Order: sequence, then C-alpha cells, then structure tokens
Amino acid sequence: MNIPLKSEVMAAASPPIQAVASEPVVVVLPSKRLGLKTKLIDAGTATVARVVPPLIVIAVVMAVWELICRQAGSTLPPPSKLLRDTRELIFDPFFDRGGIDKGLFWHLSASLQRVAMGYAMAAVAGVALGTLVGQSMWAMRGLDPIFQVLRTVPPLAWLPLSLAAFRQGQPAAIFVIFITAIWPIIINTAVGIRNIPQDYRNVAAVLRLNPFEFFVKIMVPSAAPYIFTGLRIGIGLSWLAIVAAEMLIGGVGIGFFIWDAWNSSHISEIILALIYVGLVGFVLDRMVAGVASIVTRGTAAN
Amino acid sequence: MIPYCKIDHVAKTFKRGNIESNVLKDITLDVAEGEYVSIIGHSGCGKSTLLNIVAGLVPATEGGVLLEGRFVDEPGPDRAVVFQNHSLLPWLTVYDNVRLAVDKVFSGSKSRAERHEWTMHNLGLVQMTHAKDKRPAEISGGMKQRVGIARALAMEPKVLLLDEPFGALDALTRAHLQDSVMALHQKLGNTVMMITHDVDEAVLLSDRIVMMTNGPSAHIGEILDVPLPRPRKRLELAGNATYLKCRQRVLEFLYERHRFVEAA
Repeated sequence: MNIPLKSEVMAAASPPIQAVASEPVVVVLPSKRLGLKTKLIDAGTATVARVVPPLIVIAVVMAVWELICRQAGSTLPPPSKLLRDTRELIFDPFFDRGGIDKGLFWHLSASLQRVAMGYAMAAVAGVALGTLVGQSMWAMRGLDPIFQVLRTVPPLAWLPLSLAAFRQGQPAAIFVIFITAIWPIIINTAVGIRNIPQDYRNVAAVLRLNPFEFFVKIMVPSAAPYIFTGLRIGIGLSWLAIVAAEMLIGGVGIGFFIWDAWNSSHISEIILALIYVGLVGFVLDRMVAGVASIVTRGTAAN
Repeated sequence: MIPYCKIDHVAKTFKRGNIESNVLKDITLDVAEGEYVSIIGHSGCGKSTLLNIVAGLVPATEGGVLLEGRFVDEPGPDRAVVFQNHSLLPWLTVYDNVRLAVDKVFSGSKSRAERHEWTMHNLGLVQMTHAKDKRPAEISGGMKQRVGIARALAMEPKVLLLDEPFGALDALTRAHLQDSVMALHQKLGNTVMMITHDVDEAVLLSDRIVMMTNGPSAHIGEILDVPLPRPRKRLELAGNATYLKCRQRVLEFLYERHRFVEAA
C-alpha cells in the first residue's frame, strides 16, 4: 500500500516544481496602503470587541439580579429599586447639608485625601527603606525579619493603637493607610535593588558615580519596574483599608457613608457606594499602572 | 624606564566559606603605550578576572596594577571597559548613555557645548550618530557594542579594556566590528588590552598575544609577538605566512593545554 502511494505523491509533486523553476511568474502584491475609512472601521471593530462583552455580562447580571430580588420578601433591592432609591445620590453628588449629610463626591473626596496622604508617605518611606534593605546586607539582616512579621498584621489591628497614639480620627486613619501600603513597597523595592545587574554596578564603578548619582541614575531606573509593582499593590491595599478604617473612625468618608447607610437600613445606598468604591479603586490602580508604564519605558526591555 | 601599564605579580584567590580556589598565579605583564595586547585562553582560565583586576572591579589578592607608575586599585575612567554584553543602560538613549560618561569625566574641564560636541564626535567614530535618539532595545547587538565602544572611548582612557567585546555577535558583524576597532586603534593610538577566545581575532588585532594556561592557578604560558605591519587587511592576511605562523603557534598552545586538561 505504502509504496505506490509514495510514488504517486512524488509523481504528482515533481512536475509543478520544474514548472516553477523554468517559468518565473511575477506576482503583483496588493497595495498595503489603507484608506482612512478602513482604519476607522478597524478601530471601530476593536472598540466594539472590547466594549460589547462586558456590556452583555453586565446586562445578564442585572437581569438575573432583578429576577431574583423582585420576589416578595427579598432582603436585597433589585436594580430597579436601587435606581429609584439612589436617584438623588447619583444625580447630585455635590450636595452638602452640613455635618455628614453630604453628596457622594464629598465622601469619596475625603477618603481619597486620606489615602493620598497616607500613601504618599508610604511611597517615600517605603522606597527609602526598601533601598536601604536592598543595598545593605546588614540592614537586611536586621530589618527584614521585623518587616516580615509586621506586614502580616491586618490593617485594622493597627487602628486602636493608632487612635491611642494620635487621639484623633484623621491622623489615625492616615497612619493605617501608611502602615498598610508600606510593606509591599519596601519589599518590592528591596528586591528591585538587589536585582540590579552587576553590569550596571560595574558601569557606575568605572564612571565613579557618587552614591547620589548612583541612586538617581542607576538604582531608581533599574529598580523602577519592581518599585511600581510595590506601589500598585500598595494603592490597592490602601483603598481596601480606608473603607474599613472609616467605618470605625466616623466622620466624612465613603467607609462611614456605608456604615451610616447600614445603620439607617438604606441598603440601596450601600450597593451604590460599593459600586463607587470599586470604580475608584480601579481608577487608582490604572493611574499607578499608567505612571509606571511611562516611567519604566525602556527599562524592562534590554 | 617605567612601563606604561604594568601588571605586577598579580594573584587572585576566591574564598567561599572554607573553600579557597586559586584562580590566577603570579601574572606579570608590561604593556607599552599604544600597544594592542590580547589575552587568550580557554574559558574558565581567569582571563576575565585578570581584566577585572586591571579595571579595578575586582581586588587582587597579591600584587597590583601600575598605570604610568601609579598604583591603581579601584575602578576609574582611565581604564574604561567595553563589557561583553555591552552594559548600556536600557532606559537611556544611545546619546545619553555616552553623554552620561562624558558628563561625569569632563564635568570640570569641558563646557556643556563641548561635552555635546565630544559625545557626538565619539558616536561619529563608531558611525552611530544616526541612531543617537534610539534606546538600546531598538538597535542590533553589533550597534549596541559600537555604542559601548563609543562610551569607553569618550572617557579618553589611558588603557582601553575590552572584555570579549565581540563574543556575543554573529560572525559577519564581528568581522565588521573588528575592522572598526582596528581602524580606531590606528587613528587614536589607544593602549588596548583585550580578552578573547578567538584565535583569528587575537592574531588579526594584536601586537602581542598573551596565552594563559588553564586554571586553577592559571598563569601566563607564553607571549607571542605578532610582527605584522599595520594597517592590516583581513583578506590580504588570509594567505600571509607570518599570519599563518602566528595563528599556528596560538592554536598549538591552546590545543596542547587543552589535551593536558583532558589527560588530567
């Protein structure tokens, strides 16, 4: 069976090869220039491909949610009721009736301010400590065990101590953000510093860069991808911690807003706040990622 | 007379815990100004360690390096290194990589404009001005090594140290770059010390070839003068009797030593 099959194939294959060799044919390739219209259509298709699937999923989730929560005796409101209940909050986020009766914008803004302060301090201190631990063997031996233990302490466990020390809600909450965000920043920076290729250190040595120049020109750019990994984890944790901390310290803030809504049995408001918390957290993460991609441009590729 | 660059009874022992390994033993070598010296040996013989000792990146256990009669034991731009894997900083452009070195070395002696001129001049020497705004990731391996050479030359080193500079390149690019280095040496008259494991490269480029024995305790086995007139042309040398004889000598040395290792 095999032998005739093989010869058949060979017989079939050989003549076209000869024909190609003896008669070269010039093929005109289609022009690669695309019109504006084609480009627009391409861009449109790409957008549709990205936007449509999540929209479908959201629609399906909403429909299921509506069906389940519509029944009598349901503990949670369906989306239609949610929309009716929170219309004012959604369409007027800027109202301010004094005290804690404010629009969601003010609550989110208060939370974001706390996060901004705590996180900024954590970023500066974290990168500095991480550099120390990454660069010095003795600093690592001394500090690393302490860091490893402290980083496992849950953010909220710091709050009573923080309140005892600062005697006020605002600095206590900021400290909780700081202490939550700092560990991943320290640890990732240290790893980044330790992973600076010996080649770059050699270059710095031959050029006789002083410690400051070495830090600015070699360490920071070389460790930037690691540092930003830490910063991204840090911003995520900060946002997680602030909501919990604010529930306890009270005052203006999205965390307290949620707690207050719960105490007033405004379940719809809780759900709306959760959606906003999620969206803001997403935007924060994207912002740090965006800065990272600008700063680390060219660093990762070698 | 004081030699321009003297490697004086250098020995190197690495210690890891209780284990000591003697890599280099009693290396003494004088290099004259403007001379092109290659150090050749099998991999693992410690030739890169020797270059790092000259560069000051690794301290010698015994002995030391004298440059114009002055003892040098730490790195500096007077002994610029072209590293095997180019070691360009990937976040800087080609221009900025060279400019960093220029700014550091000539911060006191050249004005801003002069430093720019000098950076461009050195990029011009290696024909890389066209890619000055590109990042290392955007240029080929041969181009990166050219920039590495430009960066080293821009420091106006007393001794230019090349650590297997063409090792990671394909054969054609390597030949092209060897010709460039030869032309630069002809033009600038640098003192060059090059590590290599390529026999043809050593014979083509060098005034003298230092052949290292195998480690541990590697030492200089033989030093061969290459009495070929410069400028040298790769193609003309292919059938040249002196060239072939030198090549033969190096091959014999390496082959003998290699067999010695196998027997042991």
